Amino acid sequence: MNEQQRLLAVENLQVTFDIMPRNAWPWTRPQPLKAVNNVSFTLNEGETLGIVGESGCGKSTLARAIMGMVPSQAGKVMWLGEDLRGLNLKQLRKRRQRLQMVFQDPLASLSPRMTVGDIIAEPLRTHYPDIKGAELREKVDAIMDRVGLHPHQKNRYPHEFSGGQCQRVGIARALILEPKLIICDEPVSALDVSVQAQVINLLKSLQRDMGLSLIFIAHDLSVVKHISDRVMVLYLGNVAENATRAELFANPRHPYTQALMAAVPIPDPERDRANPPAELEGDLPSPMNSPSGCVFRTRCPLATDYCSKEIPVLEDKTGAGHWVACHYVEREEKLN
Amino acid sequence: MAMLEVNNLEVAFDTPDGTLQAVRGLSYQLEAGQTLGIVGESGAGKSQGVFALMGLLPDNARVSGEVIFEGEPLLNLPEKRMNQIRAARIGMIFQDPMTSLNPFMKVSDQLIEVLVQHKGISRKQALQESLQMLDAVRIPEARNRIHCYPHEFSGGMRQRVMIAMSLLCRPRLLIADEPTTALDVTVQAQVMDLLRELQQEFNTAIILITHDLGVVAGSCDQTLVMYGGQMMEFAATRDLFREPAHPYTKGLMGAIPRIDEQMEELVTIPGNPPNLMNLPPGCPFCDRCPVAEPRCYHELDPPEQFGAERIRVCNLPREAI
Repeated sequence: MNEQQRLLAVENLQVTFDIMPRNAWPWTRPQPLKAVNNVSFTLNEGETLGIVGESGCGKSTLARAIMGMVPSQAGKVMWLGEDLRGLNLKQLRKRRQRLQMVFQDPLASLSPRMTVGDIIAEPLRTHYPDIKGAELREKVDAIMDRVGLHPHQKNRYPHEFSGGQCQRVGIARALILEPKLIICDEPVSALDVSVQAQVINLLKSLQRDMGLSLIFIAHDLSVVKHISDRVMVLYLGNVAENATRAELFANPRHPYTQALMAAVPIPDPERDRANPPAELEGDLPSPMNSPSGCVFRTRCPLATDYCSKEIPVLEDKTGAGHWVACHYVEREEKLN
Repeated sequence: MAMLEVNNLEVAFDTPDGTLQAVRGLSYQLEAGQTLGIVGESGAGKSQGVFALMGLLPDNARVSGEVIFEGEPLLNLPEKRMNQIRAARIGMIFQDPMTSLNPFMKVSDQLIEVLVQHKGISRKQALQESLQMLDAVRIPEARNRIHCYPHEFSGGMRQRVMIAMSLLCRPRLLIADEPTTALDVTVQAQVMDLLRELQQEFNTAIILITHDLGVVAGSCDQTLVMYGGQMMEFAATRDLFREPAHPYTKGLMGAIPRIDEQMEELVTIPGNPPNLMNLPPGCPFCDRCPVAEPRCYHELDPPEQFGAERIRVCNLPREAI
């Protein structure tokens, strides 16, 4: 592991929003909503970390907190050995050259009043005002060509492009500063299946050629499985499990991960009907008053009284880099 | 005779920029109690094709062809007659449960309204029946929650309310337009299971519109693949997955990342979905087809029937794709 450079280390990151309760008086104190709770992970150069979970589990908030787009309340975001949380906006901007983001809605994340060429050139103009004229054009053309857009399309506006092409523009904009890490927040969720595959393949090839690291956020486990080296499963702002892709998919240990995998519909009519998946009951609880102890216990098939009292700790029991936060896994090991 | 027969359905919209041909020459049949899946990407004409059956198209739409539901032609029915059929004999579930429920009305009032309107029973009786239906779709504490407003329910629960509402009058046919697209996977699994169960209980036929081949594989008897407003392939779901007979179906299946298999590179379909304003005169898929021939750009052979009630629309022979 050590021959690769450690790019990002997030330690016990916590993001809390203050929410006014319903029917509150003007003088009522806002209540804290823990969107991200004690999340830790590391990312090495050239690696892809997939983050999965249901809506409301804090995936996007985590990404935004790493970028410094929402304030975080506690923890550390170590970027190349330096804590991003302690920096002011000007210093943070400088770091963001190497730390870019691609958003979910391809059209909404592009300014409708700028041409695609201007959108892609804007990061360069901001960070390197010296690059002008032919040099700038050349760079924009090269990056457009790299992501599969025709450079002659650069005078068009975003609405003239399809969703897949807009997402390519978003990727080109993120790439032009030659970042080390791109955080992709559900980059393919809004795209059609055939176009989704194009964008995934593009991201993979870019990563191979440019040595990029990716944080790939998605709610679709099969997409995450396809692109990630490591996968982290979030539930209600907490890490449920974090393991290498091969390990997680072959041997999911957290009951939530298991349920999530069983719920993915498999495009094979014979197999699916023979083996109906075990269902997870109910909905995600409100993060305003998350359950005591283990946050997953209200929907967990294995939950006991103990789970409501003790918060499970994220631990690497096997020492092989398979982190799980579950009392049940602990008990299973004691039995063995 | 089939319960629903759609023959040569055409839907076009008059827009300021010209005519947009959303559905072209669509024909299919559905037997009672069966599930038909309609798959395709956005703009394939999936939704407009079923909106036409229900008479839900906007004023600038032109519809032609023939739709026969239980012996009665549906197209161009007077609005009054159509209203008797909607909800009572054909139910519909929409993609987004938040925008299809009335945010100003309690769920109880919305459910009761359907029953009072169509069955002419008293509000008291209607409330009882609504409660039973909410129990059937497994909404916990239905007795208390029925008097809540839609925004007080979660996405999955709202979709259950929609399903309950569409089944209140025990329709013979249920049209579900992307019923799980807005939901999380775990909730999607619950809703799809529920639909399967209710279908067996009430013997309802279902038209399930989706872009997710996984959902189709799990619950449809037959599958219709659409592209650019046209049918590309129609087959029993098992046959379709075992042996896709159209380049588009094949491409679609290669493009989905699968959780049960390890694949290095996804097979992609190059290019983008077609612009419906100016479709090529031939096959709508020709621009993206890996095996297209020059004549595919100008003409398209009529549907070819083969095998066990399978239909494909492609110029090339089956062996060539």
